[in-house]
Amino acid sequence: MINIYEVLETNKMIAEENLDVRTITMGVSLLDCADKSLKNTCDNIYGKLTRLAKDLVKTGDDIGREFGVPVVNKRISITPAAIVGAACCKKPSDFARIAKTLDKAAKKLGVNFIGGYSAVVSKGMTPADELLIRSIPEAMACTERLCSSVNVGSTKTGIDMDAVRLMGETIKKTADLTKDRDSLGCAKLVVLCNAPDDNPFMAGAFHGVSEGDAVINVGVSGPGVVNHVLKSIRGADFETLCETIKRTAFKITRVGQLVAQEAAKRLNLPFGIIDLSLAPTPAVGDSVADILREIGLEHPGAPGTTAALALLNDQVKKGGVMASSYVGGLSGAFIPVSEDQGMIDAVEAGALTIEKLEAMTCVCSVGLDMIAIPGDTPASSIAGMIADEAAIGMINQKTTAVRVIPVAGKKVGDTVEFGGLLGHAPVMKVSPFSCEAMIARKGRIPAPIHSFKN
Amino acid sequence: MKKAIITVVGKDKVGIIAKTAVYLAKADINILDISQTVVQDYFNMMMIVDLGKTKKTFDKIGAELAKLGMEMGLKIRCQKSEIFEKMHRV
Repeated sequence: MINIYEVLETNKMIAEENLDVRTITMGVSLLDCADKSLKNTCDNIYGKLTRLAKDLVKTGDDIGREFGVPVVNKRISITPAAIVGAACCKKPSDFARIAKTLDKAAKKLGVNFIGGYSAVVSKGMTPADELLIRSIPEAMACTERLCSSVNVGSTKTGIDMDAVRLMGETIKKTADLTKDRDSLGCAKLVVLCNAPDDNPFMAGAFHGVSEGDAVINVGVSGPGVVNHVLKSIRGADFETLCETIKRTAFKITRVGQLVAQEAAKRLNLPFGIIDLSLAPTPAVGDSVADILREIGLEHPGAPGTTAALALLNDQVKKGGVMASSYVGGLSGAFIPVSEDQGMIDAVEAGALTIEKLEAMTCVCSVGLDMIAIPGDTPASSIAGMIADEAAIGMINQKTTAVRVIPVAGKKVGDTVEFGGLLGHAPVMKVSPFSCEAMIARKGRIPAPIHSFKN
Repeated sequence: MKKAIITVVGKDKVGIIAKTAVYLAKADINILDISQTVVQDYFNMMMIVDLGKTKKTFDKIGAELAKLGMEMGLKIRCQKSEIFEKMHRV
């Protein structure tokens, strides 16, 4: 039988250490919504989403209340829109109409983000993929809750450098079209390599074509819990450190598993996966950077940071895998800059640079995330950063991503305020040296030698 | 049986258990187990209860207990027991 100390421990995690279920994300296939008429496609999309997800927010809130653990976000991910709109969209503004339909559905349902305004172009772009990518700046400017992602490479296919170049330009245009809101559009736009089909976290969530009709995926969080428990074992050896993180990750993930199973049951949908990521928020104490400091770094960015993050990421996975029947998504530690007060402090202290963050992305679960860069950064340099991250993902058979915000009119040293979960960010320095001639090359980078496992 | 865990946290005083138990009895909620401890001068109590017979909804019980707690200057929470069982048992 449960004892009082266990009950108190759980409630302390929730009340004082920011333990929460970060998101219940309903993945919905929109493949059956495609039609030759744009109007019919939009009507079908709106109809299906508002029918399937009508109880999503209420269910999330009910579960949160009954178990006493906050279910912070309720979200939807959809089939990559480039596929859904392929038959009916003849110009970028046609896709933007789908974007508005998705945003309208999100508002009607009360979900805070809808992801999947996406194209998966790891080897090449169809005309529809290219139209969707070209529509992203307009789509991000005319919607509030829509998230967009483009997968430009994979270990199996190599990297589509034409898409990489186009994404460099697209990010710049998105920044420009949303400049009245500190280029906020780019905070909801991510470029991925090896993107998972079942990721519940934004902005990279989409419902891949390998998925069923609808599914419940859950993202758990809890960097504050890990940080707190590490405080109690300061100076302990690595075995104790790793065991402690693993045990804590297990407990956090079990809560996610419970919530996911309960949500799936109540919504009468299959349970997909748990994404056992440590996802920080700007709230004090809810920080991955604080964990790195607790492991023994003065600031993230100090020598040893990559090793500390590798250890953390691996232990989170080991603890979490045991706690859930299906694990997927990104699963690991997120290292966004603007969403993590400890990361912001490290940048402001001069400890953390984009180059060090790039090294960290080799061992964490995502990539260069929520980094504000100067507004005059050339599109080719952004494409170069995307290519670097995609290469890390491709070679290391892991997901990598770039979500940078070239904030219109801002320089290194300025600060940008995105508000809410997206936080605020100091504008970081990008290498001033050019990669334009490389990015101008056409075609793709071939798949790496270790992709040939047949 | 529909098990739930009620926790009471706050400064110790006369009648905490009595008042909580009276509410539960009136609501037809059976107490299966009570344990308590004092951590850093704070009174912590946990009750395992059975909601199988009560006619009140879970939300109503939660809200009424929270209100009762407020009147006594305490935090009373009612949670379904699975969250604790899942977290602490393999």
